Amino acid sequence: MSLLTIEGLTKDYPGVRANDGVSLSIAPGEIHALLGENGAGKSTLVKMIYGLVRPDAGRMTLDGRPYAPAGPAAARAAGIAMVFQHFSLFEALSVAENIALGLGPATPMRGLARRIAEVSAAYGLPLDPDRAVGTLSAGERQRVEIVRCLLQGPRLLIMDEPTSVLTPGEVETLFATLRRLAAEGVAVLYISHKLEEIRALCDRATILRGGRVVATCDPRTQTARSLAEMMVGAVLAPPARAGRAGTRTLLELRGLTLPAPGRFGTPLSDISLTLREGEILGIGGVAGNGQEELLAALSGERRAGPGQILLAGTDIGPLGPEARRGLGLCTAPEERLGHAAAPDMTLVENALISGLVRMRLARAGIIRWGAAAEFARAIVAAFDVRCAGVDHAARSLSGGNLQKFVIGREILQRPAVLAVNQPSWGVDAAAAAAIRRALVDLAASGTGVLVISQDLDELMEISTGFAALVGGRLSAVRSTAGLTVDEIGLMLGGAAEGGDDAAA
Amino acid sequence: MDLAALDPLLLLASLLAAATPLIWAAMGELVVERSGVLNLGVEGMMIIGAIAGFAAAVATASPALGFLAAAAAGAALALLFGLLTQILLANQVATGLALTMFGLGLAALIGQPYSGIKPPPATRLAGQIDVMVPLGLALAGAVWWFLARSRPGLILRAVGENHDAAHALGYPVVAIRLAAIAFGGACAGLGGAHLSLVRVPQWTEGMTAGAGWIALAIVVFASWRPARVVLGAWLFGGVTILQLNLQALGLGIGSAWMSMAPYLMTILVLVLISAGRSRAALGAPACLGRVFDASG
Repeated sequence: MSLLTIEGLTKDYPGVRANDGVSLSIAPGEIHALLGENGAGKSTLVKMIYGLVRPDAGRMTLDGRPYAPAGPAAARAAGIAMVFQHFSLFEALSVAENIALGLGPATPMRGLARRIAEVSAAYGLPLDPDRAVGTLSAGERQRVEIVRCLLQGPRLLIMDEPTSVLTPGEVETLFATLRRLAAEGVAVLYISHKLEEIRALCDRATILRGGRVVATCDPRTQTARSLAEMMVGAVLAPPARAGRAGTRTLLELRGLTLPAPGRFGTPLSDISLTLREGEILGIGGVAGNGQEELLAALSGERRAGPGQILLAGTDIGPLGPEARRGLGLCTAPEERLGHAAAPDMTLVENALISGLVRMRLARAGIIRWGAAAEFARAIVAAFDVRCAGVDHAARSLSGGNLQKFVIGREILQRPAVLAVNQPSWGVDAAAAAAIRRALVDLAASGTGVLVISQDLDELMEISTGFAALVGGRLSAVRSTAGLTVDEIGLMLGGAAEGGDDAAA
Repeated sequence: MDLAALDPLLLLASLLAAATPLIWAAMGELVVERSGVLNLGVEGMMIIGAIAGFAAAVATASPALGFLAAAAAGAALALLFGLLTQILLANQVATGLALTMFGLGLAALIGQPYSGIKPPPATRLAGQIDVMVPLGLALAGAVWWFLARSRPGLILRAVGENHDAAHALGYPVVAIRLAAIAFGGACAGLGGAHLSLVRVPQWTEGMTAGAGWIALAIVVFASWRPARVVLGAWLFGGVTILQLNLQALGLGIGSAWMSMAPYLMTILVLVLISAGRSRAALGAPACLGRVFDASG
């Protein structure tokens, strides 16, 4: 007996068919995964179930009765609740007020605090109803969303990429809550592209590609790799590792030392490394150990002392970002929206921001818009960036597509050295593979590439050398060939010991 | 100089009366801004209210009908702003400024035949106090209760705080903002009519003389809180009355300084109240002035 059945749901947006005849069914007590690349149509599908978007064709049945919600309120009344990827919370309002806003108008404000306390105790989700949401951590905010959903007594709970902001401990708590809900008969529709999580949690998976259902399977019987291949529709070829490093030194850090940029920053202390042509140097370590600070020092957002950063023998420490780009050092920071790209500006403008100097997009101070647009279109074409056009705002792209754009923007400038931070963070498997492939190809053409990443698999896959950045200190660089997991663990445990080992 | 000539009760009454147009206009704008909309056209809506109320009162010989017409005219002009900014997604700052200029010009045009005419006298409760004075204070209390205690008020604040989230929860962001804008326009219109029908009482071109701008400033300095808006309006009204009386007494201070005093005092006190707090604690609605487009 199925709780929700979807048949032939279709939705067109200008220029793209987001959903094309999608059908699936969810049983009570089932944890059902919805898998797909960015832009495969997962969000559109759940928005239709939640009443935020009207389907153009197809029908839904809930408990055997036709279901066509006029809006989220109707969906909630029918027992469908949703936790959004980007939390739909109001920072200035209290936890109780936020929860009240998500419940129907019939819910009295009085007694709500007590019910919040009851539900949060029953499911192990501690919350203080009177705290302002602006003061809560990401995990606590998600709790607010979940408690808000649970107070509606839902029969279907939709979770859109719930773990992307959680710590491993918080993920465990979330999974325990979801399993418990499923045991009570609540169906869960779980959207994620973390394949290991889906294998650990879900009973069934529906895989979307290009707006169509391409497969339905039991994820527990699949491997992460086979799931990824169903998503992408192709056999994923691991990129061949970059060839051997050349001999010419491109980038050299000599005892780079910088104080912490703010109260929550990490100081960089005495970082030394050498990057040769054709080399991919992977820098591992948990974010917050100086990763952002190192990239800022390389990009020129923060100036270093004289003689600490050398690009092909030239001291670039005191130079700013523009001058460094001009000399051939391009960088892509971690945060896509707001740091690597200006969200409300078009792709052309965003291409211009970074490519101005190297791509000669201005003549005598006058911007050559035609050339800038051509540059943007070249990035879109070369890196398969899915967008409605280069005149659309960067904000309108999905995370993976914007990431391909900001990385592609630097690669197409043919830099001598490229430094990137978390190049595939929050990006689906296909886009991540494309980005890694591009980095490897770039190195093969002679560029020195420096990749800062938390994803050790990623670093082992593409890099020729590996170093750990811990507490603002960098270990000595080791060749990735023959490097064991134990050795990496030692290096991440304390950069100093790793350095001693390597020197020995 | 004879300070004894200043009757404290009389001063208090004129203070309350002087503050009333500001309380009405600022309270309306407070609700508008709490919903996340910045309408800089308060001055324009006030003066349209002033002339519409005056004309209707003269035509019907009823001040009450005059006030009604003023509220309707203010709301109509505000809805023009709402159409441009909420439906056609025009820039709120530019549209608000245009609304002020449009209102001033239109009021001058309509007002041509009305200069020098006396309006029908409004009923006074006592001295300078008419019914709009206590109603203004009741409005402040009602707005406070609505925003802090009622569910629709919570939804309005939520819309001003994060319109995308409010939309995702299924609240009609644009409809709520249009309602707030119309309410703000009606309040500004009533404030303007209080000037032309009770305070002055006659029609002069440009008679609001910047009251709309003061109302806007009071909302910001009052950190979007009704009680502080009343305080700010009293301060401004009070110092205005005081300096006029002091000028009449001939205190020997330059009249330019005296005329400046209300503005300086109001800004000074409200800045002191809000000093030492973060921007978030000041309570500026996070979506204030930002365009909401649901089609995304």
